[in-house]
Parts: sequence; C-alpha cells; structure tokens
Amino acid sequence: MATHDIRVTVNGTAYDAQVESRLLLVHLLRDQLRLTGTHIGCDTTHCGACTVLLDGQPVKSCTVLAVQADGRQISTVEGLEKDGKLHPLQEGFWEKHGLQCGYCTPGMLMTTCALLTRSKNPSEAEIREAISGNLCRCTGYNNIVKAVQFAAERLGKEA
Amino acid sequence: MQPRTTPEVGGMGHSMKRKEDPRFIRGKGNYVDDIVLPGMLWMDIVRSPFAHAKIKSINTEKALKVPGVLAVITGETLAKYNLHWMPTLMSDTQMVLPTEKVMYQAQEVAAVIATSRYAAADGVDAVEVDYEPLPVVVDPFKALEPNAPVLRTDKKDKKDNRIFHWEAGDRAGTEKAFAEAEVTVKQDLYIPRIHVASIETCGCIADFDRVNGKLTVYMTTQAPHAIRTVFALVAGHVGLSEERIRIVSPDIGGGFGGKVPVYPGYVIAVAASVVIGKPVKWIEDRMENLQADSFARDYHITAELAAKKDGTITALRMKTLADHGYTDAAANPSKFPAGLFSICTGSYDVKKAFVEVDGVYTNKPPGGIAYRCSFRVTEAVHAIERVTDVLAQQLKMDPAELRMKNFIPKEKFPYKSALGWEYDSGDYPAALRLAMDKIGYHALRKEQAEKRARGELMGIGISSFTEILGAGPSKQFDILGIKMFDSCELRIHPTGKAIARFGTKSQGQGHETTYAQIIAEELGIPASAVQVEEGDTDTAPYGLGTYASRSTPVAGAAGALAARKIREKAKKIAAHLLEASEEDLVWETGKFSVKGAPSRSKTIQEIAFAAYTNHPPGMEAGLEAVNYYDPPNLTFPFGSYICVVDIDRGTGMVKIRRFVAVDDCGNIINPMIVDGQIHGGLTMGMAPALLEEISYDENGNIQGGSFMDYLLPTAVESPSWETYKTVTPSPHHPLGAKGVGESATVGAPPAIANAVVDALAHLGVKHVDIPITPEKVWRILKEKGVAE
Ligand code: FES
Ligand code: FES
Repeated sequence: MATHDIRVTVNGTAYDAQVESRLLLVHLLRDQLRLTGTHIGCDTTHCGACTVLLDGQPVKSCTVLAVQADGRQISTVEGLEKDGKLHPLQEGFWEKHGLQCGYCTPGMLMTTCALLTRSKNPSEAEIREAISGNLCRCTGYNNIVKAVQFAAERLGKEA
Repeated sequence: MQPRTTPEVGGMGHSMKRKEDPRFIRGKGNYVDDIVLPGMLWMDIVRSPFAHAKIKSINTEKALKVPGVLAVITGETLAKYNLHWMPTLMSDTQMVLPTEKVMYQAQEVAAVIATSRYAAADGVDAVEVDYEPLPVVVDPFKALEPNAPVLRTDKKDKKDNRIFHWEAGDRAGTEKAFAEAEVTVKQDLYIPRIHVASIETCGCIADFDRVNGKLTVYMTTQAPHAIRTVFALVAGHVGLSEERIRIVSPDIGGGFGGKVPVYPGYVIAVAASVVIGKPVKWIEDRMENLQADSFARDYHITAELAAKKDGTITALRMKTLADHGYTDAAANPSKFPAGLFSICTGSYDVKKAFVEVDGVYTNKPPGGIAYRCSFRVTEAVHAIERVTDVLAQQLKMDPAELRMKNFIPKEKFPYKSALGWEYDSGDYPAALRLAMDKIGYHALRKEQAEKRARGELMGIGISSFTEILGAGPSKQFDILGIKMFDSCELRIHPTGKAIARFGTKSQGQGHETTYAQIIAEELGIPASAVQVEEGDTDTAPYGLGTYASRSTPVAGAAGALAARKIREKAKKIAAHLLEASEEDLVWETGKFSVKGAPSRSKTIQEIAFAAYTNHPPGMEAGLEAVNYYDPPNLTFPFGSYICVVDIDRGTGMVKIRRFVAVDDCGNIINPMIVDGQIHGGLTMGMAPALLEEISYDENGNIQGGSFMDYLLPTAVESPSWETYKTVTPSPHHPLGAKGVGESATVGAPPAIANAVVDALAHLGVKHVDIPITPEKVWRILKEKGVAE
C-alpha cells in the first residue's frame, strides 16, 4: 500500500504525517493525532458526527481522504475554546441543554460554527436546514436550535 | 412545584445546567472508541450474506497472509472452550460463532484479529466461506404452519418454530362481554421491526491480564454489573471468576435499549484477548449495528374493543404474534416473555380484558429489546390508542370525548387494572384538557371542517397513554434470577462534599446532574459538590442498570434513601455537638437546629467534619451509607398528546404542523432535563410513525440496513415540540417521582397515526400501519381518487 507524506494544520498546529492512500481524515484525526472529539457514527456520510471544518467549510471527515487534507487548515471541536474561553456555541449548547449523550455534539458545533460565519442571525428554518446533515438521536433538535440562537445573539453582542 | 432549596444548593425542581457537559462540549468525552491501550489489537467480523445456510467450510489461509493479521477466530476455535453458544437473557441460546449453520443475514461467522483497524478489515475480506443455502423462513405466520421448516435444529426435541405462548386476563369473561356487546371493533396492526440506532454504535475493548488473571472490559453497556455476572456464569468454566472481572462502561453515545444485550462481538473479543493475552478492540460499523444488533418491536397485533352504544368500553381483547428472529434474546424481566404488554388496557377503566402473545422463530436477527421504551409498552399503547380511535370512528364520536368517557377516574387510584397492574396515581382528564386547551382543539376541529369542504387534508390525532416504569419489585422482577433492585453508595467527605455511586449507567440522561440534585435535596449539600459516578463495577455498588426508565424510579430512590440514612447519623452527631437530645432537633435543608433555639444549629458540613474529627463516643467514625432499593410497585407516568398534520395531496407527504405534549411524570428533579428527554422521546416516537422500518425480502435480505434506507429524523422533519406538564406525584416513591425518559416515545406514535387516519377518515380510511410513508399515503389517495 502506497504511503504519502502530508502536512496538515489542525486548530493552528502543523502536523506531519505518513499516511496510506486510503486513510480517512477522521482516522488521521482520531487514531494518529489522538484528537478524539471528532466522532464516527455511520459509513454512508449521513450522520455528521465526524464534521470538521476544512479551510473553513464543514466537511464530513469520514468522506475525505487524509491525503486530500494535505497542506490545508482543519478545525475540530478541540479548537473552539480560545484562551480558556468557551466559544458562544459551546456556551449555548450547555446553557440551553443542546446535548444529551454528547456524541453528535462536536459535529453539531462545527456545522453551526460554519453557519454562524455565513449567516449572523439565522432563522429557525435556516438552522434546521443547516444541521439537516447532522443526526441527533437524543435531543429532538428543539434545544439545539435554541443553543444556536443563543450563540448568534451572543456573537451579535460581541461584534 | 416550587423548589425547596436555593439555586446554589440546586435540589429538586431546579433547571440546573448539566455537570457532564463541560467535557462533551470540548470534545473531551471518553467513549469506548476513544480509548487506546498499550499493545491493543483490532478485531473485525466476517458476516453471513445468507439468511439461512449451512457452513461447508471456512478457509482462513489467505486472511492469515494479509499484513497485520494475527489470527482468525471461528466457531471451531470457540467450541474448544465450549464458548460457541451462550445463553440469552430469556434463557434461550444464541450462537457466539457458528459451527454448523447461520440463521440470519449478517450473522457473525468468524473474527479477524489484526494490528490495525484497516488490517482487520482487509483480513475480513480475505476469509473465504463456503455456504449451502437453506430454505428461509421470513414470515412469522408461515413459521407456524405445519409444513414450515423447523429452524432450531440444534434443539433436540423442538418440532416447530413456536417459542412461547403467554396470556393474561380473563378469557371466558372477556368472551362473554364481547358476545353481549352493543358494539365491537377489531383492528389488525403491525408494529414494525425497528432499530434504536444510537449515534454511537456498540463496541468494546477486552483486556485480559495474564499475570493477574484479571479481565477488564470497556464496553458500551447500559447494565455493567449484570454483564459482569453473566460473564462469570458463562465463562466460569474457562477460569473467569467474578472478582477478577471488571466491566467499565465509559461515556455512552446513546443507548435506548440497544446496549443492554450481550452481543457475540463482545464475547469474541473477550475470548480473543484471553487467548492472545493482549487488549482487543472491537467497534462495529453502522451497517453491522443496523443489521445484526437487537431489533425492537415486530409485533403483529389484532386488537378488539367491546363497548356500549354510548361509548363506554366494556372489554378488550388482543392477540399478538411476536417475531423474535432465530432466538429469543429479548431483554425482558425473566418472568415476562412479552414484557409489560399487559399494560394494553391503557388509561381506560376496562372491566374485562384478555391478551395473548405467541413468540416465533424466523430467519432474522434476534432482539425484542426496547426502543426507548419499557418492555413492549409502546406496542401496547399503540394498539389501545389506535383501536380506541377506530371505535370513535365507528360510533361517530369525537375521540377526545370517547377518551374522557372511559378514563379511569382520579378517585379510583390506586387502580387495579383488569390485567393485574396496580396503577399508582393519575389524573387523566386534567392532562387531556390541558392538551386540548393548549392546542385549541375546538378551533382546530372547525378549521378541519372548513378545509375538508375545500378538499384539503388536515387531521388531528390524540393519544392519552399510560406508561409503566421502574422495574421492579423483586417479587415479580428479575433478570436471570437477579432481582431488579438498584443501588446507591454515598460518602460524605470531612469537608462536607460528597461522592455518590450508583448501579445504573447514564447514556445521555444526565445522571451526574440529577442524582446530585437528589442528594442536594435530601442533605442540603450543593449539587455542584456532589460527584456522581457510575459504570465501573470495581467501584460502583451492584445494580441492574439503566433502561426502561428505571433510573429515577429505582436508583434515584436509592439515592434519596441513602441520604436519609446519612441524615439519621448526622442527627446523632449534631445532638452530640449541640449537647441536645435528638428529639429536640429539627432538620431544615442543610442543617439541624434545636427546637425553639434556631441559632443553636449545625450545618451538614460541620457535622460531616465532626464525623471524622469529633464523633460521639461509641459511634463509628465516618459518614457513609448504602441503599439497595426494592420498589414496592412500579410507577405509572401518563400524558395526553395532540398532533395536527397536513397531508400533501400531490406527494402523500405528512407534515406535522403542531404537536402538543402534556406529560405527567410526578415530581420533577430537573425541569430542563425532563423537557429534553421529552423532546428526544417525541422525535424517537415520530421516527417509527413516519420513517423507520427494517423489513426483509422473501430470501431474508435486510431492507434498510444502512442510513441510506433506514431514515432517522433530521431537524427538518422534526417539528418544534410544545411541552407542558401536570404533576401527580407517585404515592410510593420517596421523592414522588415517576421517571420520564421514554413516555414520549411511547405516546407519540399513535397521536401521529391517529392524526393521519383522522385526515383521511371522511374518505373511508380506518387505519394505516406505521411507518406512514409518503408512498403509503399516496397509494391511499390514489385509490380514493383524491391524489393530485
Ligand atoms: S461518520 Fe457519519 S457522516 Fe461521517
Ligand atoms: S446528544 Fe446524543 S446523539 Fe445528539
């Protein structure tokens, strides 16, 4: 099996890695870099538990090869908190009970993080549409919507 | 209910933010696949493409040449240790790995052990299995026909495919009531096979330490203590002994019943670790999870009601065929082969009832677990709530009025049901009235009439369910003989902080928070200073685990009673410190004071310090207590749900416009968490009502074995749920609580199905089986000539 030398920047830190052609980005993150916040919930690109940002865009890291991330910027849930301060989305999920088992949460956070970058004040319908590629089996989504609205408001005030 | 404690203490009734969340929102949860042990190997499983086939040979030669592959384990390997079969919780038997034949598609056939995830998967591809297909039995009705092939050829005297016949109630009396009835209705319903599909799949790391002979298994289990005992009983003959087995249930990414059973994968991983002497990790993928893990439901029910012309229900009869797959691996209390299905008289004062269930074998995966419900309660509730609407339609009565007429009146509680349960408390009319007010029932009926006149399809559906939770009282409830108590071990530290350990295991329900709130309520120690731990059998007291909404009713009660024991001792210490007699002390949250002299008091923190530094002579030092709680009865939460749907005549698409849920779960520990449980439950109730089904073709090929075909609700299909409460405390639970995790899953499907039928009732539609897919609805519209 051919291997490749790649360099990825994850949450601002550069990592060099030697990877098989077939290695999935999610496995690079979880198994090699030991960033286990990004989860795996399916094998058909449906659940979104593995969502990370690749150059700022949300992608399902189970459907991206590690080699495709070569030379690019990746953001994962572990990078949301800055200088000991939670991201408003993290605050929102905590405050509004936007999580139960927590398994879908990192993917939800990354997807909505991208949403709030492109849309400052999303409507409920927009939020629901944005997370429609992220499955949550626990919360029924009501409080995830509220968590995102909370974060949007917080970010609006901070801006 | 007004909280009795301050927000700083955070006892019952406070919407305290969850203590477990800081790790989850940072991506620092510790789920089983996050754990890596030194020297750890990987396991992956070869699965059968056939639903029924003889295994002629398994050739592992090529697999063993794959780089990284160390071993291939087959049924023959396990047979050497007599570990190729294991008992199920229902005292049936299940293959760990087959030696002769496979009984369902995706059954485990062999396991590959390798140095990496990818190498193990390569190894699986390289294992060659030669099968000889056998006739497949898919239809449970056909399975009982005299010429059906007998599936369990491993059971020497088994001559047919029937597993059990179970019945309850008064057969003769019910028959008489039906014969004399003014009106009767009868409805066949199928409650399809579905899958809990928690977003985290199942898996484990088995780590056998050869030097100490100790087995540690990190596994996705809702019931770690019971698993430890099962392992000790099943593998005792190969040297595993209970004091040297440790089961650790780390953070669990959703359970819903799917993480109660012992799956073959766990057992194979343990065997592999014992044989190889290294930790072995097995994580199933989503397809394996959907195709081979325990299913839920699969009940074919015929439900009948007898009534007077004025709508008074006089009798109920239900006959059910339960498709269990190739073995009875249901996760029911041992004396209840059909779970608590006999709750099927529901919220109504039905005088005569009779119910029977037959379990059958087919070539499908085993299961019969709950899907976020308490042992077959959803099946029962769907049947009674659906057939009640059939009766309303027959009598041309409003379904709300029919329910009001038949509800068990408030003053009849505790109420003995015709099928033998003693309902603890309830106020059913209040819940339905509140739901009707909140949704604006009468205005909606008017709107519906106007829409109908215009040819638009709109329906209103009601479900007034009664749940049965908190298994259970030891006289009736056990699993493999182990009584279904649960436990709490509580220690108060010298500085007045506490650690509380429980026999249950949260999978998202928020026990670290709610249990701490219970201790706070009872002792006045702030919930923030109570550390809650569960899931490690080396440290936690023995308990039967978390499923069937039993944590609050059983372990929560144990927590309260352990705290009350502490209070008893604390009182003695306070009396000593205050130089007063115990009778003169009064307790108010967090402190004892002398009657009539409130300034003479000692806080629980001061008392705790004294328990280690200045305890009364003759008393043991320390401040600890253990309680094993054996509930005197089950709890019976209830609620009324009303759903409004609009149906698209072009596509058959059902849209839930509004859904009002009124729940009564007795006294509430954390309102925010209760609401969250209800939102999630409603969504998991909507799922089988509109989307989810696992079916099989005539060859036993699974349809719906991945998320491509098995449709979980997304945020787009899920409506914004509207939730309300009434509060009718349980009279026998120490906190008056009843449990809530599953009420909504149980109550929601019939509300939705009833709404759809209601929308189509004027076209002559009496029933639609769930899941009510656009295709099903469109076919009905087409047949009735109203499709656009
Ligand atoms: S793991 Fe499910 S979408 Fe990536
Ligand atoms: S919180 Fe459990 S899957 Fe979303």
